[in-house]
Amino acid sequence: MSPVFDYHALAPELILTATIVVVLVADFFFGERERFQTSRIATVGVLASLVPILTLAADGTTRTMFGGAYVVDDYALALKGFFLLVAYITLLVSVDYIGEGDYYQGEYYFLLLSSVLGLIVMASARDLITIFVALELISVPTYVLAGWRKHDTKSNEAAIKYYLFGVLSSAVMLYGMSFIFGLSGSTLLSKIGQYATRPDLPPLFAVAIFLTLVGFAFKISAVPFHFWAPDTYEGAPTPVTAFLSVASKAGGFVAILSLVYFGFFGTQTAWQPVLWALAAASMTLGNLTALRQTNIVRLLAYSSIAQGGFILAPLAVAADGNAARSAFEAVVIYLLIYGAMNLGAFAVVIAVARRTRSGEISSYSGLGQTAPLLALLMSGFLFSLAGIPPLAGWFAKFVMFRAIFNGGTPAAYTLGVIAAVNSVIALFYYAGVVRRMWFRDPSEAGVEQVPARTPPALGIALTISAAVVVVIGIYPQLFARIGEVAFPG
Amino acid sequence: MDWFDSWAVTLAVFLPAAGMVIVLAIPKTQERALKLTTLATTLATLAVGIAMLARFDYDRTGLLQFQVNKSWIDVIHSRYHMGVDGISLPLLLMTMLITVMCVIYTWDHFPDPRTPKAFLALILLLETGMNGTFCAQDLILFFIFFELVLLPMFFMIGVWGGPNREYASIKFFLFTLFGSALMLLSFLALFFLSSPQTFDIPRLAHQGGMGLVASTQNLIFAGMFLGFAIKVPMFPFHTWLPDAHTEAPTVGSVLLAAVLLKLGAYGFIRIALPILPQAAHDWAPWIGLLAVIGIIYGALCCLAQRDMKRLIAFSSVAHMGFIMLGIATLTNFGINAAIFGMVAHGLITGMLFFLAGSVQERYETREISRLGGLLVQAPRLGWILGFCAMASLGLPGLAGFWGEFPAMLSAYDPAAGISQITFRVYMVVAAIGTVLAAGYLLWMFQRVAMGKVKSEFEGAHVHDVHWPEWLAWTPLLIGIVVLGIYPNLIFRITDGAVTNLAHGMARALG
Repeated sequence: MSPVFDYHALAPELILTATIVVVLVADFFFGERERFQTSRIATVGVLASLVPILTLAADGTTRTMFGGAYVVDDYALALKGFFLLVAYITLLVSVDYIGEGDYYQGEYYFLLLSSVLGLIVMASARDLITIFVALELISVPTYVLAGWRKHDTKSNEAAIKYYLFGVLSSAVMLYGMSFIFGLSGSTLLSKIGQYATRPDLPPLFAVAIFLTLVGFAFKISAVPFHFWAPDTYEGAPTPVTAFLSVASKAGGFVAILSLVYFGFFGTQTAWQPVLWALAAASMTLGNLTALRQTNIVRLLAYSSIAQGGFILAPLAVAADGNAARSAFEAVVIYLLIYGAMNLGAFAVVIAVARRTRSGEISSYSGLGQTAPLLALLMSGFLFSLAGIPPLAGWFAKFVMFRAIFNGGTPAAYTLGVIAAVNSVIALFYYAGVVRRMWFRDPSEAGVEQVPARTPPALGIALTISAAVVVVIGIYPQLFARIGEVAFPG
Repeated sequence: MDWFDSWAVTLAVFLPAAGMVIVLAIPKTQERALKLTTLATTLATLAVGIAMLARFDYDRTGLLQFQVNKSWIDVIHSRYHMGVDGISLPLLLMTMLITVMCVIYTWDHFPDPRTPKAFLALILLLETGMNGTFCAQDLILFFIFFELVLLPMFFMIGVWGGPNREYASIKFFLFTLFGSALMLLSFLALFFLSSPQTFDIPRLAHQGGMGLVASTQNLIFAGMFLGFAIKVPMFPFHTWLPDAHTEAPTVGSVLLAAVLLKLGAYGFIRIALPILPQAAHDWAPWIGLLAVIGIIYGALCCLAQRDMKRLIAFSSVAHMGFIMLGIATLTNFGINAAIFGMVAHGLITGMLFFLAGSVQERYETREISRLGGLLVQAPRLGWILGFCAMASLGLPGLAGFWGEFPAMLSAYDPAAGISQITFRVYMVVAAIGTVLAAGYLLWMFQRVAMGKVKSEFEGAHVHDVHWPEWLAWTPLLIGIVVLGIYPNLIFRITDGAVTNLAHGMARALG
């Protein structure tokens, strides 16, 4: 039986693959001065792959391929659209950063797009092997990207740490997956799902689930598997950090979401305590460590660890029926909003670093006077991350709390209170940066500011993120609806 | 005028926000245009408020009027449900009035650093948050507006505040956020326990406790209590208040004292009491206890203060204690008194903070021991201070009296089922508080305004009241007198709504 090949359903992946090939080849033919053209090709490719996503969404039918291993449904489409938009913004913030450093042009975009391809494959993957392949496709290019600044030892450290942790986590995950396959006899999540509802599951199945989830815990940098993240984030070029902290992290979450909802749903008792502990530890430790940071990227790294805890929390308490649904929606909505606000924050970091050549939080002193617009945007993104209405972050936090309460167990309420306390702690360090920007004098910055205009591409990225943060904050129904549609059940 | 009825509340809430957008669009060098836009916006908002007052149906003050109920976030069953009844209307109007006066007062009193654009934009954003909180009829909407006031106030204190402003601003922010995070959890719990599930305040109030067992009600009430009590602030959650007030610029202090504190007390009346009557009943003695501790503690702290603003800040703790005592009685009489107290406290303490700001501007100090002889150097300013001190200590014939006296009186006979003895003890203790209030206010007045000018300021040229100050203060002073002579102006509006509330609670308690 030859596999069914639905070209329409695979169009986003195909367009992106073609773009990747073109970018790689075109780079040979461009002279030194025209190298920047590769970034344009990459951007056009990403936007072009969004088109079939829209047509598929308008079509609305669920398309299943390769014996159920690859599914294009509303859930997959929503996330693919999200990933492509994140990729677009990442490209926008990269263009000037990469163009102005004496880095290689074409390879950067080749690697970035390959990782994006992995992400959109992940959204459709409903099979252990496909999930694994997608995950590696996401990760391997980013190992190289993290070490992009060849002559910088920090960048080298970033790449090595990330690589070693990444490989280790993949190994653990594969080990777990092999048990799952051995027990259930299939790599298809739907088959595993059927197996998981059996009453007489061997304890080994729980171990297998545990190992698999631990592998993903590395990817989403959940405490205690987070040690690579701050160093990698700090050492990698900032646009790559933005991509890692949003896209690649979201990729891990999507994998967990698929595994949990399509594969392991019958066995909550096996994985919920694990996720509960990961969520509670991530938000608490991430926040407490963030309080002590003096570098803005490291601060955002720990903040994203804590945010990861918030995103995991609903899954850790998702029960059956309505609660399962609201947990699923919470994760999807949180990811969408988190993407916009975190990318925005990183875009500001890049724009500010163009002026100050510094990543120290102290260099943000008096930014409200020297660059009021950037300071205003940064304040918006940080307060959004803190969950202060009327910025979009409040809705992300709200759906999280709602899902937790929908769980309705004592464990859920405890996690809810932990999350509430943590969102207050988080405000302290977010507001700390805001305080520096507005309440301090520029003379305290300790760095020489060079007048640097924010390039248009970066400006567009900032505008898009800010628009999402404001509009969704006031009218969350738009994203809420996406979360609702995405639910597969 | 159907058009007006369906748009009034939306206009009242979002006109300031629209004004803020315009202010942000005006270049910062155009200071005059910035000021005029802000003034025009706040005046237009006040005009909407006055039109609402004119079209309000005083025979049915218990009903929500000018209602809007449109879809907003369907997925979480939260709606854009706004409206005003007799409880919110006086507070809404007081807010609008105070905001206009703040804008007028800032006309040539800009605090340093002088960046009028940002300052005026924040005032407008603050007004949207405040007006919205008083109009919201949906828990999530309420939560959004309740939180919306945090950001502008945080910046106001932090950018334009005194020497210790960073500490004060973040303390204010963290305290309030902590309370409101737990409040949000309570709101969610209410949602999931109601049937049909809803965030709609009137519908939840109609379900009146929803047949929940007492322990669940008490737990949910606890979360709300923290959120509202921190905002009020009640003893022992008040520690953010003296810092925030002392460091805030004059206008910030005025808005904080006059309006922001009321949001907490309003939350109790609008949400906690009607939705969880049983829990409110169980908690009432404890709320009353904290209220009277606040009265005495605030008064004693006042006697020990050396800074004028800090003294007025602690006097707010004491006055809010009277308001909470009135609420804790759960009687029609007590809650009416509490709402009156809120309006009166808004006008009087707002005035006192204006005065403290003006004194500081003239002498560049608020240290009471360094001041003296204000009546000699600036007699009008001095007499206004004296007048406001009298109003604040509850002199009959001025507005302050009608907030405090009925609140104490209501404690004589709390709602059925609440220990009478306890509340009568509270009443006596609160009465001692009024004596102390007379003590610290008159002592402050004596030291600041009477006597001789201190040698430090002898011969200094001190301006008496300026025209922007006259403009900003006259309406408030008139309000203090008029409400003092004819308190029925407010009781008439609130009574119907409060009676409804008290009936609803009594019915739910069976």
